[in-house]
Amino acid sequence: MVTQIIQYFQTNSGEYWQEVGQHLFLSFSSLTIALIIALPVGYLGSKNRGVAIFCESFAQILRIIPSLAFLFILIPFIGTGIGPALIALVVLALPPLVVNTILGFNEVPVDLEEVGLSLGMTNGQLLKQISLPLALPFILNGIKLALVEVIASASLATYIGAGGLGQLIMTGLGLYKMQYIVIGGVSVALLSLIAMFIFDLIIKKVRNDDQRNY
Amino acid sequence: MIQYWQENSTRMINLTIQHAQMVLTSLLIALVIATILIAIFLRKKNWLNLLIYIFSLLYSVPSYAFFALLIPVTGLGETSAIIVLAFYSEYVLLRTFITGIRNINTNYLEVAKGVGMTNTQVFTRVQLPLALPAIFSGLQVALASTMAIATIASTISAGGLGDLLFEGLQTGRVVPILWGTILTVALTLICIIILKLLENIMISDWWEVEKTGR
Amino acid sequence: MTNEIIKFNHVKKNFGKNEVIPDITFSINQGEFVTVLGSSGSGKTTTLKMINGLEQPTTGEIVVNGKDLKNTNLVDLRRHIGYVVQSIGLFPHMTIAQNIAITPKLLGWKQEKISSRVGELLEMVGLHNADFAKRYPAQLSGGQQQRVGVARALATNPPIMLFDEPFSALDAITRQKLQVEVKKLHQQLKEKTFFFVTHDINEALYLGDRVMVMNRGKIEQFASAQEVVNHPASEYVKNLIDTVRTNQKLWEGLK
Repeated sequence: MVTQIIQYFQTNSGEYWQEVGQHLFLSFSSLTIALIIALPVGYLGSKNRGVAIFCESFAQILRIIPSLAFLFILIPFIGTGIGPALIALVVLALPPLVVNTILGFNEVPVDLEEVGLSLGMTNGQLLKQISLPLALPFILNGIKLALVEVIASASLATYIGAGGLGQLIMTGLGLYKMQYIVIGGVSVALLSLIAMFIFDLIIKKVRNDDQRNY
Repeated sequence: MIQYWQENSTRMINLTIQHAQMVLTSLLIALVIATILIAIFLRKKNWLNLLIYIFSLLYSVPSYAFFALLIPVTGLGETSAIIVLAFYSEYVLLRTFITGIRNINTNYLEVAKGVGMTNTQVFTRVQLPLALPAIFSGLQVALASTMAIATIASTISAGGLGDLLFEGLQTGRVVPILWGTILTVALTLICIIILKLLENIMISDWWEVEKTGR
Repeated sequence: MTNEIIKFNHVKKNFGKNEVIPDITFSINQGEFVTVLGSSGSGKTTTLKMINGLEQPTTGEIVVNGKDLKNTNLVDLRRHIGYVVQSIGLFPHMTIAQNIAITPKLLGWKQEKISSRVGELLEMVGLHNADFAKRYPAQLSGGQQQRVGVARALATNPPIMLFDEPFSALDAITRQKLQVEVKKLHQQLKEKTFFFVTHDINEALYLGDRVMVMNRGKIEQFASAQEVVNHPASEYVKNLIDTVRTNQKLWEGLK
């Protein structure tokens, strides 16, 4: 097994790094797009009851539908390949982002907002100086959850022809070649763990900066 | 759609039962382990936090990779699937149970001791009943997420409703994919409803009173 | 000779490095109503909790009902000491009847004996309407909840009752009503010792046969209300009494 794994890296390391790159590209571009959509929608949701209810029902429904089923169902409508995979991943990343953004803004104490306004802040200044910083820990938590979801789903996106590290596992399962399964599995697991670690560091740093400011 | 059902109903029912068995077995195992772990470690806060952290790392490993990595250890099939699903549930259950127990106002614990309860009595008569709502919400979250993840177990030949999704993917037909999705969602909803009924019976009236105030 | 039911002998209590009580010694006779008056951080609640073993002294000796607490089963001790706390003491997941029945059940009483005792106690605290027994704490007003708290503490007919600022969260009118009732209760239940912690000076002076004034973990004075008012033993007690006098002047001025 070990020799087979070493052999794989000797002959296919180019292909391997390409799959890693593809996986990262899929995960981070979909996360970025999802964030651009989720932040304003989440902010609106914290102000408007209707938007919030819509977002929460949407999140509830997506939570019950398996991501795998969601990826497959989209094929007849948007086809296969990288584009459709991106669309699917963006949709899957939205629920944790939107729900936690709404939660974050709702958790900002009303008194503090009133104090801000009575000190003469405009709505924009209030958002930038009071609401956003106080909602940030919740939003970061949402991003972390979305990242886990996206990296996991990106490994399944290989079934709709988008490549990524899932490709290795799929090939391994298809040909029953254990070295592919192990390399693919370990790589996806590591990618997810490293992403989590980096993110935990960021959250910790934001928290420390917060404490220094007060 | 209907024609497909007529032709494959026996198989579809069997797959649904298999899916339910897989998920419920893993949930039961996770529940038993969670209760034991909490009973042992309840008074050792650092140990418990460490445990939860370890499980959170495992939880962030994408399920596709997790399934794949168990093949060299426990082989293809249902056993591997149940192990993976149990790990995911374990994290959700531990976290929600602990939060539920820690959120109990410490005054109650002091009064419980003050009226002459032993540590075990405090746990079984005060902490556990007061944490029941949190325990049930944890069970529901674990149930919904493992129901969805279980579809991926089809890739390691564990059967279940994922089989229908992959059949559709391989034959290029939407109908099996739709059926797979519908049956998974329906199964999840039915299990959640049963869980809710169970909750109503076990928690009796006090929670209703507590929520509505009167 | 009178019977000393609670005795503290050179008791000292630290929380970590924080010395809460440096050294206190006192004794209380059976049947006394003792109030403990002090601000937050004075050590009054810690003193109360040391009587039923919720806190243990760092050094020193505590004797309750003839038993040295060091060699006593604390769980058993607590089942025979009534304990009433501020507002939140009732368990939300149990009905009023179940809340009152906790200690009798722990002691393994028969169901019939428990039911009749619950009825008797609800009558005693003025909640005899049969309807109350089946309700949950959240459905009662603050004053009613506190009556149930007193009933629960009396359930096993304990010789000692501990009160930890039981009325401080109630509105002034309800509080006064309950004060009158607790005093009456103590007169009815002769031989029972009441140990009542409060930060309300009027409450302490009105209720206590003897008043223990505490400040920073020390007993400033332990004497009858009359003695405390007329002969304050220290500067602190004098200042405390003066605040009431100042208030009285305010009232006089408004008349």
